[in-house]
Amino acid sequence: MTKSKMTSMQRVLTTLDHQEPDRVPFFLLLTMHGAKELGMGLKEYFSKAENVIEGQERLQNKYGHDCYLGFFFAPIEIQAWGGEVVFYDNGPVNSGEPFIKNIKQINTLEPPVISDSPVLQEVLKTIRFLHEKAAGEVPVLGVALSPFSVPVMQLGFEAYLELIYNEPELFDRLMAVNEHFCIEWANAQLAAGATAICYFDPVSSPTIIPRELYLKTGFQVASRAIAKIKGPIATHMASGRALPIIDDLAKTGTGAVGVSADEDLGILKQACCDKISVIGNLNGLEMIHWSREEAARTVKNAIDAAAAGGGFILSDNHGEIPYQVPDEVLLAISDAVRAYGYYPQRLAGE
Amino acid sequence: MADTTRKFKNALLSSDPDAADAISEEYLASKTALDFAEEVVVKALDEIGDGWQKGEYALSQVYMSGRICEDLIDKVLPDESGLRKGKPKIALALLNDYHALGKRIVYAVLRAGGFQLIDYGRVEAEDLVTRVIEDKVEILLISVLMLSSALQVKEIVSNLKNAGHKVNIVVGGAPFRLDRKLWQEVGADAVGYTAADALHIVHSLEGGNRND
Repeated sequence: MTKSKMTSMQRVLTTLDHQEPDRVPFFLLLTMHGAKELGMGLKEYFSKAENVIEGQERLQNKYGHDCYLGFFFAPIEIQAWGGEVVFYDNGPVNSGEPFIKNIKQINTLEPPVISDSPVLQEVLKTIRFLHEKAAGEVPVLGVALSPFSVPVMQLGFEAYLELIYNEPELFDRLMAVNEHFCIEWANAQLAAGATAICYFDPVSSPTIIPRELYLKTGFQVASRAIAKIKGPIATHMASGRALPIIDDLAKTGTGAVGVSADEDLGILKQACCDKISVIGNLNGLEMIHWSREEAARTVKNAIDAAAAGGGFILSDNHGEIPYQVPDEVLLAISDAVRAYGYYPQRLAGE
Repeated sequence: MADTTRKFKNALLSSDPDAADAISEEYLASKTALDFAEEVVVKALDEIGDGWQKGEYALSQVYMSGRICEDLIDKVLPDESGLRKGKPKIALALLNDYHALGKRIVYAVLRAGGFQLIDYGRVEAEDLVTRVIEDKVEILLISVLMLSSALQVKEIVSNLKNAGHKVNIVVGGAPFRLDRKLWQEVGADAVGYTAADALHIVHSLEGGNRND
């Protein structure tokens, strides 16, 4: 029996409740393609909320995916901290030279005040407009970088790993400052109308640190931060593996996990069971070369592996689709979801 | 894996430099520093890199292992020992961005493998081409994090070729790991998915498989 058509919001909430909606919801997490739609360079596009609002509206109309993304680029938080960012013509905005040049600076580090940050205010304005536009029918996603992962941009990866291993007191102090900011920033986005917060936490992935260390560090940080964020959370591992820590992730209070293309989606879904939902795991980099047929086949395989019973949102593996992915591929993904994604789905192996 | 190498690997995975030091001292009582580098250090790092690729170990363990080995090898096999001579001229660069972790790991592993190399740090494509020509580099290892940087390798390959400079270009980094055809698309000669891969590739090129 075909289910009656749902709005994107109903579809997403139903699947997050581990029930089957009318069809598999899908998130095309497009940050940069809006600039292409508007015929702008990325620096100009991200310079004001109006551009991103227009970009998100056009992308949602074009592909019919199930979210608006109120996210500009990851290092926008670094800009708020006073760090530099680097714009490219054809790729994501990157963080510049780390602004913590000596770990002793951590002792006096103070978090940014959101109301004093023009760039964060542009993000909040975007979320407010998208929330209004969505009228409760399309989820608006906000993003907060995990206090445990953002130091890669604050200090640089090497210095941060050395801090984790060798400087426990400074590590604790940095986490305290970052947690304060992360909670404030996530709650500001929720207050502006974000439906949920994507908590980007790749450093917690077993790809980056061993589980034993995660349990003493990233797990504790996430548990404390998520408890104080006043809305639903999806933790994203940004291409990092998640399978060995699925049960731990569920205990942090997150409702979903964005998973890697390096892991088997069916096994991940089984491990998540009805504890948390799975978001993923189309390989964004491979998408660049996909034909329509490859896109359709890959989408179908993902749906076959993970859609039964709900608890699944089809998306990419990194939380941001590369600028180089052609519109035709995105359209092919969108068409394939409509071709293969209607419920009821048969359980894998049936 | 020999008992010494297994113990050494465990010391690295536990990020225990003192234990690694003690194992090296015991080994060096009866063998040479080069034996230690090749039979113990490189094999342990190889296993750890391979384990990371399979999802058994974490990048932080790969990094800390490389750092411990780098310090240890600098002590037992210093540049002035003469044992690093006769190797091809190798340079290592991070293209465009500030995420130097991958390059640092490769640097540590190649040093531990007895190679001497020039570290260009973070460079832009144009500057890299100039320096490679000036320094007469024979093997160039390029580390990237961003896809946009990976795509710039194409331009580097082309500019070096147009300048008539013969060099083997080995690439590595997340975009190449996630898209297994990308290294060919940008015209690199080889790709390494782990630092140990980089070491094997350099060994192979040293053994006569270089462009000429």
